[in-house]
Amino acid sequence: MLKHPRDPAALPRLLLTLLAVALLWPGIQLAELDLGVLLAADSQSEMGRFVAAFWPPQHDREFLDLLLAATLQTLAIATAGMALALLVAVPAALLASRALSLSAASRGGRPGAFGQALRWPVRGLLIFLRSVPEIVWALLFVRAVGLGPTAGVLAIAITYAGMLGKVYAEIFESVDQRPMHALLQGGSGRLAAFVYGILPNAASELVSYTVYRWECAIRASVVMGFVGAGGLGQQIDLSLRMFAGGEVASMLLTFLLLVLLADGLSRLLRGRLA
Amino acid sequence: MSLRLTGAHLQHGNGVHALRGVDLAIAAGERVAIIGPSGAGKSSLLGLLASALQPSAGAVELLGADPWRLKARARQRLRTRIGLIHQAPPLPPRQRVVTAVLAGKLGQWSLGRSLLNLLYPSDIAGAREVLARLDLADKLFAQCQQLSGGQLQRVGIARVLYQAPELLLADEPVSAMDPVLADHTLSVLCRHAETHGATLVASLHAVELALAHFPRIVGVRDGQIAFDRPASEVNQALLDTLYANEQLVSPPLPTVTLNLQIPRC
Repeated sequence: MLKHPRDPAALPRLLLTLLAVALLWPGIQLAELDLGVLLAADSQSEMGRFVAAFWPPQHDREFLDLLLAATLQTLAIATAGMALALLVAVPAALLASRALSLSAASRGGRPGAFGQALRWPVRGLLIFLRSVPEIVWALLFVRAVGLGPTAGVLAIAITYAGMLGKVYAEIFESVDQRPMHALLQGGSGRLAAFVYGILPNAASELVSYTVYRWECAIRASVVMGFVGAGGLGQQIDLSLRMFAGGEVASMLLTFLLLVLLADGLSRLLRGRLA
Repeated sequence: MSLRLTGAHLQHGNGVHALRGVDLAIAAGERVAIIGPSGAGKSSLLGLLASALQPSAGAVELLGADPWRLKARARQRLRTRIGLIHQAPPLPPRQRVVTAVLAGKLGQWSLGRSLLNLLYPSDIAGAREVLARLDLADKLFAQCQQLSGGQLQRVGIARVLYQAPELLLADEPVSAMDPVLADHTLSVLCRHAETHGATLVASLHAVELALAHFPRIVGVRDGQIAFDRPASEVNQALLDTLYANEQLVSPPLPTVTLNLQIPRC
């Protein structure tokens, strides 16, 4: 009987799975995760009372006006923050991405050592920008520029520049590089070759990620509201302090609407680009 | 002399020796066909001639300059005078044909003009003219993903015709076309080279097409030049040795292969 050769990938896969489990277990221990607490009787009744106060959602005229103003402010913080972040992220992504390497076009996709060395400082800058959480930047800027939306805008701009720049650079690298390489081999400049060779393939991915990040920026601006950076978050903080569960519920419903809106927008834009 | 290879050696990143000591000289305005079995090094040879690949040893001289001794900027300027037609044209699926063709002149245009050209095609008439020569004028505003393999190959050819380079290189330019279309397309290429005084080097699977359209034939086998003769001196014995395969019983008939893998765009 013919003996079939064994799949050479089987053993490494098994070992990697075992390694992942071995690393996960101490992680759970370190995080002090104990799901049993959720089932204990006193914590259940505590949670029940908290949630029961959420009904019915507050909907009188005066509160809705306040809610609308706070929502618009949140949207404005997120959008302005994203716009500032893009100003930094787009040039940084172009500098950091191996996709724009001229030498890669004639070396089978491997960029030259010198170019790689120049890309590292930009990568380092992006890492620095996103390694500090936006809430920390917000606390910092609240001290510098005072309470209000400006602190939130600046905090989002800085952290999101780091995230957008990194992911944009990786999206540029993940699409088919041959169109760009062919253009570079035809004597075209890098930026022109990028716009004609990479951007058509990367556009829908870029738009999808950008709209998703905008959605995240909305949530982040809410969290930063708790430290005094304005918008819905500041209102939630106030309502929570006054134990006004109905108001909190209305604001959570507003979030749901905002996320639905972002999702619909993303779908629409991707549909246009597909 | 339009191009000259001296002892050119090429080793790919995976360690495969694609070319071993190739000497080749082609005068300006010549038309040369490269034939040979699959994996013989035809594409690698064209890559060297297009300055797309750097030789691991030996010298390359293209249009009077060694591209690998030039600074990057000067090399890009040299490359604008060289056009390479790819077997599977690397075009983004959603790019429109008009944009894909006009991209041939990116190297000659300023960045500003290149960007404006994306907003509104700056030379619709020029793109239409080259596409019409290849019987593709009706696809001017179609997206690349709507075209068939043979139509895509012609878009790739139209781009290089629009570029109008002094050195015109083609890697299996008609592999996805039917015999009649392949014949027509090759004569368009040859006519273009003649009227513009451009040098044309093309690799071909179909020997009869090579013999019909090109005065000089270069046979490549195992990364070396097996023969280099005028088309009139190429006989069946030469071709049999060129395509002889130790593992297959009968030598594969060199015909137009239509089942080549063409990617989605």
